[in-house]
Amino acid sequence: MKFGEFIAQKGYKDNPRRLMEDLIHIVFLILGLVAVGSVLVITIYLVVSGLPAIFKIGPIEFLFGTRWASTASEPEFGILPFILTSIYGTAGAIIIGVPIGFFAAVFLAKMAPKKVRETMELCIGVLAGIPSVVYGLVGMTILVPGIRIIFGVPDGATLFAAIIVLAVMILPSVINVSLSALEAVPREYEEASLALGATSVETYFRVTVPAAKSGIFTAIVLGIGRAIGEAMAIMMVAGNVANMPSLFKSVRFLTTAVASEMSYSSGLQRQALFSIALVLFLFIMIINAILNVLKTSGRDKK
Amino acid sequence: MKKILMIMLVAALAMTAVFANGASEDSATVSTDGSTSMEQVILSLAEQYMADNPGVNVTYNPTGSGTGITSALEGRCDIGLASRALKDEEVASGLTQTIVALDGIAIIVNADNPVNDLTIDQIYGLYTGEITNWSEVGGADAPVVPIGREAGSGTRDGFESITGTEDLCKYSQELTSTGAVITAVSQNPGAIGYASLASNLDSVKTVTVEGVAPSEETVKSGEYKIQRPFVFATLTETPLSDAAQAFFNYCTSVDAASVIAGAGAVPVAE
Repeated sequence: MKFGEFIAQKGYKDNPRRLMEDLIHIVFLILGLVAVGSVLVITIYLVVSGLPAIFKIGPIEFLFGTRWASTASEPEFGILPFILTSIYGTAGAIIIGVPIGFFAAVFLAKMAPKKVRETMELCIGVLAGIPSVVYGLVGMTILVPGIRIIFGVPDGATLFAAIIVLAVMILPSVINVSLSALEAVPREYEEASLALGATSVETYFRVTVPAAKSGIFTAIVLGIGRAIGEAMAIMMVAGNVANMPSLFKSVRFLTTAVASEMSYSSGLQRQALFSIALVLFLFIMIINAILNVLKTSGRDKK
Repeated sequence: MKKILMIMLVAALAMTAVFANGASEDSATVSTDGSTSMEQVILSLAEQYMADNPGVNVTYNPTGSGTGITSALEGRCDIGLASRALKDEEVASGLTQTIVALDGIAIIVNADNPVNDLTIDQIYGLYTGEITNWSEVGGADAPVVPIGREAGSGTRDGFESITGTEDLCKYSQELTSTGAVITAVSQNPGAIGYASLASNLDSVKTVTVEGVAPSEETVKSGEYKIQRPFVFATLTETPLSDAAQAFFNYCTSVDAASVIAGAGAVPVAE
């Protein structure tokens, strides 16, 4: 009776609370393993189903091919347009979104009266909670026709529309993370600066912001992560044509390339979509790695 | 403790036995293979048929018309599905085609676009980028914005094969649903799009093609050009299995007409 011996050895019979304790430990361990297991399953699945197509197409042709025609009679699977679009789109969103988010955070942390701050924080919270399909819908019905009329282009569903939508979408995370970084700067730093005769604006930008540097970088990287992984909203505003990226051209991102063709795909086309997902996954992993480095370096300073 | 374990084990075993039994209970299988464009039609038919005839299992393998025809010929499936008429050599190699439905594709433009009629050649030009301004086809001086579906979509495949624009279309947007195409066309005065005849086209203008307005009647009579047949390809010499023959009869009967219409195609059974 191995089971009985085990019970006796652990002394559960005399101590039921201990049994309870150990059981709960096991339950929590299992729950924790769900997350780890999911990551493992997804990683293994992506690598296993994504690699064959890359080798079948040829890594160079796949990564640096400029033409994607997955269902043509002579199919071509070059994903350079998607990679560049994702990079350009994300960069554009960062260029527009980060300054807005950053200055908003400085304003909220240091200058805003209490009432204004409360209202603005509430709005930012709502902005963060809006589902991406709603961003897409509003972009599709207001932004896309707007761009067409304002810029006089034939069609407003362009990279530019996607950049604007992404810039708005990353605002909440940029603001919130920079805000907490700015708030974490010790009050003494600012008081010392003020005591030396600096104006308050000088203090914020010469003392507070440099001290919160690593937190602000974290905010930017988080924004990049959010922007590069977004699919739904940009699928509705970017036009989804596999063009090489250009500001007023219809473009397809890595995410939307997978999403738009998945439902009817078959054979090599389907495998190639998994390969695109694998490339996207690698991008996200790199961003996460950068994020971790930033976080630890920030901690070391303190 | 041991007892409980034992009971659970027995229960689990009993359950697997029951379910395994349920699945294998003399079920006949009808396998179909082929056109992805026919997915909606064949799945609706299969669903209705399986609901009416428990014990029959209809499978569908979305591979494409060409593969469907080959696998019917090689006996790897009961019914091959093709969203085009069989070629003469395919018929000669021993296949019979039965048209179960017709697929009409409407050409839509923005409601404010003055163009009412287009020829197939004009549509070809508009989509391939040979015609870039609506004034060239009698419209206003506005750039043409061709909008289409994503690669792999049955509607896109149908439109491109009928108009001869395969791999030539210079799309401005590739959208993943009929609804998205209609919305995009309704918002852009220069847009042109295509959508299944069965969809709701109220917010856009449906143009006539070579003078014929698309409708169930004009598709059926063949007057409306942008249409293609949905075909069942079966072996001419070898008879179908009983189950497959029953399913085949159902699909070509009047009973199936409403199901086919519900799936967006025009039924041909009278």
